[in-house]
Amino acid sequence: MAPGTNKGIIQLSDVTRTFGAFYALRKINAEIREGEFFSLLGPSGCGKTTLLRLIAGFDEPTSGAISIGGRPMAGIAANKRPTNMVFQSYAIFPHLNVAENVGYGLTTRKLSKAEIAAEVEKALAMVDLQGFGGRAAHELSGGQRQRVALARALVMRPKVVLLDEPLSALDKKLRDQMQVELRALQQSIGITFILVTHDQEEALIMSDRIAVMFEGEIAQMASPEQLYRRPRTKRVASFIGVMNFLPATFVAQGDDGVTVDITALGRVTIRPGMVPEVLNPATIDTIGIRPEMLTILSNDAEPAERSARGSVTGTSYYGDMTYYTVQLAGGGDPVTISMRNTAGRSVLPSGSPVTVGWGAESVVLFE
Amino acid sequence: MRGSGRRGAAKWLSVYAVTYMVFLYAPVILLPLFAFNDATVVAFPLSHFTTKWFVVLWQTEALHGAVRNSLMVALSTAVFSTVLGASAARAAARYRFPGKAPVMGFIMLPLVLPEIIVAVALLVPIMQMGLSLSLWTVIAGHVLICTPFSIAILSSAFQGFDTSLEEASLDLGETRLGTFRRVILPLVMPGIVSSLLICFTISLDEFIIAFFLTGTDVTLPVYIWSQLRFPTKLPSIMALGTILLALSVVLLVLAEWFRRRAARRQGIEASVTGGLV
Ligand SMILES: Nc1ncnc2c1ncn2[C@@H]1O[C@H](COP(=O)(O)OP(=O)(O)O)[C@@H](O)[C@H]1O
Ligand SMILES: [Mg+2]
Repeated sequence: MAPGTNKGIIQLSDVTRTFGAFYALRKINAEIREGEFFSLLGPSGCGKTTLLRLIAGFDEPTSGAISIGGRPMAGIAANKRPTNMVFQSYAIFPHLNVAENVGYGLTTRKLSKAEIAAEVEKALAMVDLQGFGGRAAHELSGGQRQRVALARALVMRPKVVLLDEPLSALDKKLRDQMQVELRALQQSIGITFILVTHDQEEALIMSDRIAVMFEGEIAQMASPEQLYRRPRTKRVASFIGVMNFLPATFVAQGDDGVTVDITALGRVTIRPGMVPEVLNPATIDTIGIRPEMLTILSNDAEPAERSARGSVTGTSYYGDMTYYTVQLAGGGDPVTISMRNTAGRSVLPSGSPVTVGWGAESVVLFE
Repeated sequence: MRGSGRRGAAKWLSVYAVTYMVFLYAPVILLPLFAFNDATVVAFPLSHFTTKWFVVLWQTEALHGAVRNSLMVALSTAVFSTVLGASAARAAARYRFPGKAPVMGFIMLPLVLPEIIVAVALLVPIMQMGLSLSLWTVIAGHVLICTPFSIAILSSAFQGFDTSLEEASLDLGETRLGTFRRVILPLVMPGIVSSLLICFTISLDEFIIAFFLTGTDVTLPVYIWSQLRFPTKLPSIMALGTILLALSVVLLVLAEWFRRRAARRQGIEASVTGGLV
C-alpha cells in the first residue's frame, strides 16, 4: 500500500490550544492520510499529547477546527468519535480480566455475547495474546499490558488509532521488537495510526510521515527519509540524528543552483532541486552534512568528488562503526565522521592526518 | 554504647506500650466480665456465671424503641455522610478550584472540634429558627461529624484513581453514566462500604450530640445514660455495653478490610497508617 496516494482522513486547520496565556499549540495545520502511520515527534512538553487529546475528544481546541473522515468534530464527545486511544499508562481496567478489558467497548454496541467473545479472541490473536483472555490485569507484564491496550483499541475497528508514547515504558530490547511488530501490524490491517513519541529513532523506523514539533508548532512535516536528508531548520537537523554544522556564506544564485562558500570545505554549487523553496538564499549562513556523508579516504588515490585535509582528534569505537572527531584544516568546529568498520580498515589513532571526502549532494543549506 | 542505648530505649518503649494498652483496655474488659456476673452490685469478687442480664434486655420495651431510633439515625447518617464524603473526596482529588485548601480544611474541622461545641453550636441556631428537636436534628449533627471521616477514608480511593481509566472508558464508547457504573463505582466500592460502616459505628456510639439535639425520642447511648441512675439496672447495662462493644469491633474490622481491598484493587500499597483504625 502506498499511503501517500490515499485521501485525507484527519484535517487539522489552525488548531490552537491555550492554557491561560500559554500556547500549548499554535495554529497547527496538517492533513493525515487514510492508512498511514503518522508520528508526532518532538521534545517533552512541545504539545504532542495535547494535540492527540484534541483529536481523541478529551479536550476541545481554543480555536481552529478538527475534522475526521470529513466530519467536523467540534462538540462531538470522545465516546462518539471514530478514534481509539492507547494510553501512555495503558489504562487497563484493574478490576476486569484481559477478555473483559478488550471487550469493554464492544458491550456498548448491539452484539451478542458470542459475537463479542469471537471478536475479542480475534483481537487477542492479532497482538499475539491468544488464550490470555482469562488473565487478571495485575498478572500481566508491561509488554502484555501494552498489547492488551492495543487489542482493546483495535477491536473497535476505529478509523484512527491514537498512541501516546506506547513504548516508552518498555525496556530497550522489547521496545525495539515492538517497534517492528507495531509497524507490521499497522501495515497488515491498514488502519491509520497516529503515534506520539519523543524518540526520533522510533519515529524514523515506524512512520510513513513525521511531524516534528517544537513549542506547540510543527517545524517540519515529511517522510522519514526527507526529514533526515533535507531537514528544513538547524533545530530539526540536530533533533533528528547527528548533523555537522559548518559556517558558510552565500556567493551567487543562478540557473545551475545556489553557490556557497563553506569556510572549511571550499566553494560548492547546490543544484536547484536541493534548495528548499522557502529558503531565501541570501540568508544562508550555515551548511549541514551528516557524519556518514563524510568519508576518511584511506589513500589520496581513492576517488572522491571533493576532499579536504584534517586531523583526527578523537575516536569512538562501536563495533560495526567508528565515529571520528576530525578537525578540518580549513577551520570551523570539529566534525563527526562515521565509518563502517569493513575488512582491512583499521581504526585510526588520534592525531592521524587524514583526507576527508565529501560531495555536493549531501550538503544541506540553513539560514 | 550506641547499640545498648538503643536497646534500652526499645525496652522502655515496650513497657510504655504495654502500660498504655492496660490502662486503655482494662476497663473495656470489665464490661463483659460483669455482664455475665450473677450479682446486682457491680463489684469484685465475681459470683456465678449468668446470661440473665441479656434476658432482661430482651424484655425491656423502652430499650427496643431506643435501638430502633439508633438504627434509624445511624443508617441515615451513614448514607448521607458517605454521599457527601464521596462527592467532596472526588472533587478534592479531581479538580483544582480557588480556595480549595481552606474549604477542605473547613469541612474536616469537626474531626478536631470537641463534640460538646458542635452540639451547642447546632442547638442554638436550631432553637433560634424555631425548629423542633427530633431524630432528624440528631442526624444532621451526626452527618456533620461523620462526613470528615468519610472523606478521609474515600480520598485515598479517589486520589489513587487513575483518571485515564475514565478517559479510556469514554474513548471506548461508554457514556459518563456507564463509566461511573462500570469503572468508577466498582473501583471505589470497597471504600464506600468502609465509609458506611465507620459512619454507622460512630453514629451508633455517639452520646453528646444525640443528648443535646434529640426531642422525646432517645437513641441508645442516651437511653443507657438515663438508666445509669438506677443501680439495679447496672448489670443489664453492662450486658448491653458488651453487645455494643462486640458489634463495634466487628464493624470496624469489616470497614478496614474493605478499605484495604479498595486500595489493593487499585494496586496501591495498603498501609496500616493509611487507615483511620
Ligand atoms: N491541563 C493543562 N493545564 C495547563 N497546562 C497544560 C495542561 N496540559 C498540558 N499543559 C502544558 O502544555 C504543554 C504541552 O504539554 P503536552 O502536550 O503534555 O506535551 P508533550 O509533548 O510532552 O506530550 C506543557 O508545557 C504542559 O505543561
Ligand atoms: Mg506527552
